[in-house]
Amino acid sequence: MTNSTQFITLSNGLSIHLKEIHTAPIISTWVWYRVGSRNETPGKTGISHWVEHMQFKGTQAFPAGILDREISRVGGVWNALTHLDWTTYFETLPAHIFDISLSLEADRMINSQFDGLEVERERTVIISEREGNENQPLFLLGEAVQNKAFSQHPYQHEVIGEKEDLHTITRDDLYHHYRRFYQPANAVLAIAGDFETQSMLERINQIFGEIPPGESVKQKLPLEPPQTGEKSVHVTGPGETSYMQIAYHAPSASNPDFFTLTVLDSLLTGPSSLNMFGSGGTSNKTSRLYRALVEGEISVSCQGVLQATLDPYLYSINLTVHPFHTPEEVLNAVDQEIQRVLDSPVTSAEIERAIKQAKALFAFSSENISNQAFWLGYAEMFDSYDWFENYVDHLAQVTPEKVLEIARTYLHPNNRVVGFYTPEGG
Amino acid sequence: MMKTPIYEEHRNALPGPDDITRQVLPNGITVLSRANFNSPTLSIKGYLHSGSLLDPQGKLGLSYLVAFGLMTGTAHHDFQSLYNEIESIGASLNFSSSTLTTSFSAHCLSEDLPVILGLISDCLRSPSFPDKEFNRQKNQMLTALAIRAQDTSAMASLLFDKIVYAGHPYQHPDEGYSETVQAIERDDLVDFYQRTYGPKNMVVVIVGAIDPQVAVDAVNHSLGDWTNPTQAQLPEIPAISPLQKRTQKTTSIPGKSQADIVMGSHAPDRHSPDFHALRIGNNILGEFGMMGRLGQRVREDAGLAYYAYSSLSISLGPGAWEMIAGVNPSNIDQTIALITDEVRRFVSEPVTEDELSDSKSNFLGRMPLLLESNSGVAVSLLNIEHFNLGLDYFLKYSNLVQAITQEDILVASRKYLDPDRLAIAVAGP
Repeated sequence: MTNSTQFITLSNGLSIHLKEIHTAPIISTWVWYRVGSRNETPGKTGISHWVEHMQFKGTQAFPAGILDREISRVGGVWNALTHLDWTTYFETLPAHIFDISLSLEADRMINSQFDGLEVERERTVIISEREGNENQPLFLLGEAVQNKAFSQHPYQHEVIGEKEDLHTITRDDLYHHYRRFYQPANAVLAIAGDFETQSMLERINQIFGEIPPGESVKQKLPLEPPQTGEKSVHVTGPGETSYMQIAYHAPSASNPDFFTLTVLDSLLTGPSSLNMFGSGGTSNKTSRLYRALVEGEISVSCQGVLQATLDPYLYSINLTVHPFHTPEEVLNAVDQEIQRVLDSPVTSAEIERAIKQAKALFAFSSENISNQAFWLGYAEMFDSYDWFENYVDHLAQVTPEKVLEIARTYLHPNNRVVGFYTPEGG
Repeated sequence: MMKTPIYEEHRNALPGPDDITRQVLPNGITVLSRANFNSPTLSIKGYLHSGSLLDPQGKLGLSYLVAFGLMTGTAHHDFQSLYNEIESIGASLNFSSSTLTTSFSAHCLSEDLPVILGLISDCLRSPSFPDKEFNRQKNQMLTALAIRAQDTSAMASLLFDKIVYAGHPYQHPDEGYSETVQAIERDDLVDFYQRTYGPKNMVVVIVGAIDPQVAVDAVNHSLGDWTNPTQAQLPEIPAISPLQKRTQKTTSIPGKSQADIVMGSHAPDRHSPDFHALRIGNNILGEFGMMGRLGQRVREDAGLAYYAYSSLSISLGPGAWEMIAGVNPSNIDQTIALITDEVRRFVSEPVTEDELSDSKSNFLGRMPLLLESNSGVAVSLLNIEHFNLGLDYFLKYSNLVQAITQEDILVASRKYLDPDRLAIAVAGP
């Protein structure tokens, strides 16, 4: 029922990824740009996310509000996301009217206005978004840990940006950032759903083929020097609950070590869902850290986060400290579990179980068309679509020896930042 | 476009009497199932008639802890062996409790249905509520309540319920409060379980890669012989008295950057003839496109908030119509004034023809997306059964939506929304 996937590149450099899926009369269209907080410079943090907001303010062809109305009228959904390495825009629409998504995305790839008044209105909206984030202890902690973990690389900043920068970024800053990075050759158009590939390609050519290639994006990013000693960072804030984030420098997604670390994370904190949309995860009650810490009543929850990124980022273990225990006891317990991985290598049976889990999660991820279209472009932002298609096969190559090696290399105290959130009222 | 017949069968069809199998088992369980062979997976959902409405006054949060405790151990499994069964196959299973129902939700490969149904049956029929696990879960819940106390959005919502449902059992949160959870003992769980859990009026829905009759037989095999002759009935849900004047209250949470506002009024029961008019009206007020009229006024025009929208909660018993915004503390009064103004406009003049046409089109157009996934169909079938809407509900749905007029929305909204008698709750620094 799922047809083959087609990849082509237009003469202006735009990459096209198409996947026919005829299970529902729906088409999901995504445009991915290789720009995110990774591409930001000091004083201009948060600018990629702000540009994303401005992309909903309309163009001459599609004034603000018109598109929103058109898409909502047909029961479609559209939205956008900005992350470390990328910004993406999507529309999931009934198949018979999907064409509007092509016209819209081609238009706002080059024609957005960035009206000064709209920029000012959006400034307060984004500051309000940031203040909403600041209400969450884990945002405050995560921001401090990121900042401590990177001294050179732009990954040191949260995607939303520093508050001071949100006050001072100008309309021209935004517009220049937009013009610089929103180029066909810096983008991937990924479409999945109920269409016929040949006629879709013709239509894409008509609509996107005329966009000039623009100047290629060249940017030299500062390299992050290896961390040589353990770091810690302390945040205080309201509440009664203590939190911890233990963040290890991790390999980039294209590094084969990433798959081994994925298996190790699965054993330590449970398997990760591959579903951005809808259901399809599993719990983590049988993972090693859950058993030791949550069943051991040292922490109330524990969760591992390993993100697929272009440059080496972080593998984080987030913990809510049990009210009868201290953060130091939590850290000790985590260290004991990591020591256990080093002292008595994990078994092949454990790895096989992790792979079986990943297979089921992979099947769930194909249940919905938006999710399939998401992966069609997302994987290109840090590697290639093969990365996703061969995900389970890559995991199947992991051996107990590799897990041991990766645990030694990455889960070393010298390679981590330990973040503590201490409640003022605690 | 290349299509095989099976796509045609499933792609465009709304669920209806022709493809929904519904069977009532002798012990009172209703099973609904619909096939979808597009992916090798299943969504399994259901509920039974036990909920926080049955919580004793000083022990609010009990039904929540009972549902939470079902998976801590059974006659056949301890905590680890139970989760080992689920996680080893990459499946998910959880139980949760709300005011009137205790629900379960599972997701698995279709080949694993017997494992999951076996576990659902085991948890529902022979939970052992082990002491050690109970104490751990109680502490986890107390921590969750401490975290809730710091969440401006959750606290504003809690305060809103206290105002709008004053004197009514719905004024309390299903999770209870720290002091009421503190008072709960393990024996309370056992007692509550024995009194309120049983198959009478229970519903199970299975959607996905399975023959529906096979699904019904599988439920019968796992749960068909469950009985509880002493299963309690839910009490009658009392009516509420609407607010007589505008009532504003504030919860202070020092140290926070943003304040949350929840304001609005009560709303009717799901069976109210006003249901469709209110749903479409709410869509115009605070949902359509970028959060409807409220989004336009508060976010787009005034730049005051990242989110400003409205939400209509309608189930059994009195519901609520909420207008929600997160704003800088210095903008609270201005935001409340803008929202009040929009409410005044909403009940003073009919929505425009274009607005009505847009929202109707949205309601009908989004059906393929809502019904794309197995879990989307499963939720729809649960609602059909829960609210007794009939298996042909989706076939009638278009007419129900199309019949609504501008006048219907104005008349229905005026019954519930009054700009001078709003409940207003604020939580922030």
